[in-house]
Amino acid sequence: MELSYFPGCSLHSTASEYDASTRAVCEALEIDLRELEDWNCCGSTSAHSMNAELARLLPARNLEIAGRAGLDLMIPCAACYSRSKMAEMELAEAADGAGEGSANGQIRIDHILDVLAEAEVLEKIRGKVTRKLEGLKAVCYYGCLTVRPPKVTGARNPENPESMDRLVELTGATAIPWSYKTDCCGASLTLTRSDVVLKLIDRLLVMAQEAGAECVVVACSMCHANLDARQKEAAAQFGRDYGIPVLYISELLGLAMEAPGSSQWWKRHLVDPAELLSSKGFVQ
Amino acid sequence: MEVNAEVVKPDPAFRKQVEEQLGKEISSCFHCNKCSSGCPVTFAMDILPNKVVRMVQMGMKDQVLRSSTIWLCASCQTCTTRCPNDVDIAALMDALREMAVREGVEVAEESVPLFHEAFLEEVEKRGRVFEVGMLAKFKLKTRKEGGLFKDAELGWEMFKKGKLKLLPDKISKREEVRDIFRKSDA
Repeated sequence: MELSYFPGCSLHSTASEYDASTRAVCEALEIDLRELEDWNCCGSTSAHSMNAELARLLPARNLEIAGRAGLDLMIPCAACYSRSKMAEMELAEAADGAGEGSANGQIRIDHILDVLAEAEVLEKIRGKVTRKLEGLKAVCYYGCLTVRPPKVTGARNPENPESMDRLVELTGATAIPWSYKTDCCGASLTLTRSDVVLKLIDRLLVMAQEAGAECVVVACSMCHANLDARQKEAAAQFGRDYGIPVLYISELLGLAMEAPGSSQWWKRHLVDPAELLSSKGFVQ
Repeated sequence: MEVNAEVVKPDPAFRKQVEEQLGKEISSCFHCNKCSSGCPVTFAMDILPNKVVRMVQMGMKDQVLRSSTIWLCASCQTCTTRCPNDVDIAALMDALREMAVREGVEVAEESVPLFHEAFLEEVEKRGRVFEVGMLAKFKLKTRKEGGLFKDAELGWEMFKKGKLKLLPDKISKREEVRDIFRKSDA
């Protein structure tokens, strides 16, 4: 399978382990990722908060590049994915209004979870798992934009998505059901109103603990930044002892598939997963 | 009995202005409260999301544009997803934020638009966001509010883990991105 690949700004910096693990897992699954040439920032929350036209045109340039490349587009960052899908929808509506039909009907834009949860990819993963992550208890945290709004994402069950749970189960780990799969972490308020974000992640981490999870699995660099990097501060503020590592779904799959780099990526996290992973015998 | 309530005279001009910017109608809202019940940030907001919709319907422009709610909305899309009448509340918040900035209103949560400005300046300059540069800009913009050293410890921890890239990424056709900013009047 060949796909265009849009990493986005954070996967080139703070979330580079998400990028590295995504590439390694895709390579193991024989999914050939072609990074979009000369892509630009999607504009993220800042563009859609300040200027609707800018929020449309920034991703539109990327979609044009992807259209020329002619391959379906995979995006691991939930925010980049959401902005690209929104722009695609608005551009299609505008084109319909002008009687031009869909502007971008040739290629599909998928979040990484959509790609990995396709039936034939699931089968392939099943065959590539060489180290069962048995005994690991996880909750899957989808966050907001991988599923909402369903008109944009096409999510069949936006209140209780299951694709990531299925992937976690394939690794041999247990995906524990919980009610906070799609509750918001506060996203970019982390730099402006970190007090709001701390309250939100406190509830998520407490509920993950109560569900019996030893780790949280995510598919969004913003969710990761808030749950991982702000965890120590939240623990101090609310007098808690969460100690819950936050892993990207690609890191977990990589570990189970023993992909090159799988014992390194998570070393960049602020809540160190080393103790958990070595106690289970998954790493030395 | 004395009733101490402010009498609001409905004024459709603001609603029309908002609907035009939004490209969608908001009049179908019947205040079932689903948006406000599901919103994760109401504990910090001054006006509940469904009340914002009502106040727009009534033409209470000043109060709405000065509210903290429009800036504390985290764009999680829960309201839009659950609204039984197809009101796009998350997009409404975007439209109100844009209007507040364009009309030079004194905003309730000053640091939020300052963050967005810092972020977008990076995009305009390089075509991508260089996080260290963006953070430095944001810190300078909020220095009066004591923002300069906020999160310094977290920044250091991230640096030690190799999470902060010290050299910026930039795209080669930066002119195309600058054109987009010009076209959008940003």
